[in-house]
Amino acid sequence: MKPIQRRCALVAAVTLLAVAACSDGQPASPAPTGAAPAASGAPARQNADLVIWTSEVASRAVQPIAEDFGRQNGITVAVQVISADLAANAITANTAGNGPDVLMLPNDFLGGALQNGAIAPLPLRAEDLTAYESGALASVTRNGQVWALPYGMENLVLYRNTKAAPKAPATVEELVSTGQAAVKKGTVERALSLPVGQDGDAYHMEPFFTSAGGSLFAIDADGQYDPQQVGVGTAESIAAASKIAALGEGGSKVLTRSVDGTNAIAQFTDGKAAYLVSGPWALADIRKSGVPYDITPVPPFAGGEPASPFLAAQAFWLMSKARNPAFAQEFITKTMNTPEAMTAMYTQDPRPPVRTDVLASVSAKDPDMAKLAAGAKNSTPLPDFPFMSGVWPPLGQAYAAIVGGADPASTMQKTASTIESVVPAK
Amino acid sequence: MIAVLIRVLCLGTAVGTAAALTPSLVSGRHYAVLAVAWVIVAVLVGTYATRRPLVAKYLVPGTILLVLFTVTPVLATLQLSTTNYGDGTRTTKQETITQVLATSVVETPDSPTFHLAVATTGNPVAGPFTFFLVDPATAEAFSGTEEGLVRLEPDQVTVAGGFVTAAPGYTFLTPKQVNDAAPHLREFAVPTEGGAIRSRGLREAFEGRAVLRYDEATDTIVNTDTGVRYTVQRQGDREYFVDGGGTRLTDQSWRAGVGLDNYRKVFTDPRILGSFLGIFAWTVVFAAGSVALTLALGLVLAVTLNDPRVRGQKLYRSVLLLPYAIPGFISILVWSGFFNQDFGLINGLTGLHVNWLGDPFAAKAALLLLNLWLGFPYMFLVTTGALQAIPADVREAATIDGAGRLTAFRRITFPLVLVAIAPILVAGFAFNFNNYNVVELLTHGGPFTPDNPNAGATDILISYTVRLAFGAGGAQFGFASAIATLLFVITGVLAAAQFRATRSLEEVH
Repeated sequence: MKPIQRRCALVAAVTLLAVAACSDGQPASPAPTGAAPAASGAPARQNADLVIWTSEVASRAVQPIAEDFGRQNGITVAVQVISADLAANAITANTAGNGPDVLMLPNDFLGGALQNGAIAPLPLRAEDLTAYESGALASVTRNGQVWALPYGMENLVLYRNTKAAPKAPATVEELVSTGQAAVKKGTVERALSLPVGQDGDAYHMEPFFTSAGGSLFAIDADGQYDPQQVGVGTAESIAAASKIAALGEGGSKVLTRSVDGTNAIAQFTDGKAAYLVSGPWALADIRKSGVPYDITPVPPFAGGEPASPFLAAQAFWLMSKARNPAFAQEFITKTMNTPEAMTAMYTQDPRPPVRTDVLASVSAKDPDMAKLAAGAKNSTPLPDFPFMSGVWPPLGQAYAAIVGGADPASTMQKTASTIESVVPAK
Repeated sequence: MIAVLIRVLCLGTAVGTAAALTPSLVSGRHYAVLAVAWVIVAVLVGTYATRRPLVAKYLVPGTILLVLFTVTPVLATLQLSTTNYGDGTRTTKQETITQVLATSVVETPDSPTFHLAVATTGNPVAGPFTFFLVDPATAEAFSGTEEGLVRLEPDQVTVAGGFVTAAPGYTFLTPKQVNDAAPHLREFAVPTEGGAIRSRGLREAFEGRAVLRYDEATDTIVNTDTGVRYTVQRQGDREYFVDGGGTRLTDQSWRAGVGLDNYRKVFTDPRILGSFLGIFAWTVVFAAGSVALTLALGLVLAVTLNDPRVRGQKLYRSVLLLPYAIPGFISILVWSGFFNQDFGLINGLTGLHVNWLGDPFAAKAALLLLNLWLGFPYMFLVTTGALQAIPADVREAATIDGAGRLTAFRRITFPLVLVAIAPILVAGFAFNFNNYNVVELLTHGGPFTPDNPNAGATDILISYTVRLAFGAGGAQFGFASAIATLLFVITGVLAAAQFRATRSLEEVH
């Protein structure tokens, strides 16, 4: 019916098109299999005499200090911003010998890093350590060794748009009523911006959850978490979940899954939300936005427990397979371990410094620092168990479901059994 | 003549590249890579240096690339799937012991922090090294080697600014050289009564001692302070050093082969099997639906724009290619904002209040919609090409035979287009079958139900298995490789079946 050449030409034309069109719509390129979620491109180590991997915010702060260090020692320095899965990427790259020399991450990196032998202890002198806040230091200490140099505190606080809500709320109930009143008046569009998202956010829900009587793990006599005793499915936690449900989409609609990590801070900086629950990382944006704000600790529920957010310490880690261990050690234990460097870090990335002398000096000039630090008064340390990667997602999903109107009791019970299944037996 | 010149140039480049790589590969001890590089060069030279007409001349390049970039990764994945490699087992046993011992060094209380200068009598990279130390409190100078510490008289060395700066017969290392000598200096310790003096950073040394000691004969680690002995014991799928009470010395285990255990886990874990069928069904629906929807829209647009009466064809075609020109990652993230229930563009424009990403059914629809947006330009492009390759006389003949527009399309145009693009449809299906990015970036596989936090409503096999392999248990590369191997088999079987089915299309002719 058809000459053979024509058919060949047709096939050839289409094949050419298919090859030419191989970018990323529907081409037959392999999907990532058996690669970590960061398969979209694992970071590659730049070649320099000191390589630091960090997040975007922290990079601005450490860059000038690192460049200075490079000049003093006549070496090249590279500060690389790793946007996704910094911890997992750093561990994997370190195992292969292509990792950074210095890594900047919060203290909950410790458990997983020790399990993988990814970090080396810092040879800090005893007199060096006295300058640092003991709680933050304890969170990076294990087996009698200090594993990181903490520089900045992170905990959730309540940011308040003072135009919409002039007075600091004493309770969550007051927060809701004043926030809703401001919405009615038309000053703002939302009472509260707290990231929930479709996957939930256990970290941001923690102060509300604890204030309503819930707990993630029981705390033993030494003040340590006892992961063998999961608190999520207990009667107290279910009661707490009901209180969260009452704030959710089936209740007063203060909490909604539409607010997530990508838009929570923007809601506040655009002047659309009366209140925001967030940490020090939001401060620079809020100051830039010009929204009149005040900072207070996250309030408790009326008649409830104190609201206790997680306390994390951002820190400098020394990688075990650093290619330039001497420079890395020198940078962390000598250069960063000074009031001047810690003050410079604060200037670029405002968060309460862990060095007590620096905290005192910056608090004198910047009242926000003292207010952020005050938010940590009832805090508990951010757990660093390696198995937390199996705890955060289900707990977050439970909160998302409860905010969305799911039954608190059965949701929390099912989540508790999920969490128990990932906690290894003693 | 020119042909010979080009041939010589190309082969020369290949040999030259391999030769240029050789020194660095030898110094890095990458002997396998070195062997592969030279084998490839040998094959290339053997094939193309002769003037005889060989079939191999056509087959060699493709075969080499296939082996390098398809067969090798598959074999490597298979090999990895028989190990327990992952979080907590990333190191060898030897590395684990070394690290545990090294990290047990504690500083001797009340010992001075010495000012350190590193010097050598040999070369600055390999040593042998000598530590020149100054005690800042007493200003006494010492020299330290692996033999021990020697106190120096003031006239033996030059001290300036609290550091020894020169000594006869020694070359002093610059900071950069100290850093480069790190692999040697890490092992270097000056034995003292209280332990050993080790370097810290570039210019300091301290006295400390390792609390833990490894006894090779009994394969135990001993804590010299408490006398506790840690023996190797198996817990779960890996071994640890544990004391008599079963408490681990460290959570760090080591790499080991586990045979087919990872595959066994896939087929015996009720968690995995329970969700597998539903997710497999949705994966097929998602892949087939994506292909069908993109083909339908792409074909309609292609046919419409192929009509000679349409003006500005070029402009329309360029505009339609835009979604394809924007990087997919950006599109997906922008669309995930569009789908937001309260602030999203879609609900905002339509006045709907659909919970796009929170409702299982709506999330599936959202995923297909997004994939339609990402994929239709490609199908439009491909079908346009196929349409233009259909000779006009075929259609004229159909019209003369009395076929209407629709009939002609249904009986002539569409089958011919389908024949041409059948392989592309199969490839599109296989690609979407494992389209991890779009699922991960739009819905993360969610929404989830509390009773199953591992399997979400929009999970396809690949996103589900990535969560199993890298979720609760941290990274489990061995287990993930086993799953990847199984997925490879499933996708391969499906694609083979589809190719067999599309063969029947050839009967159009």
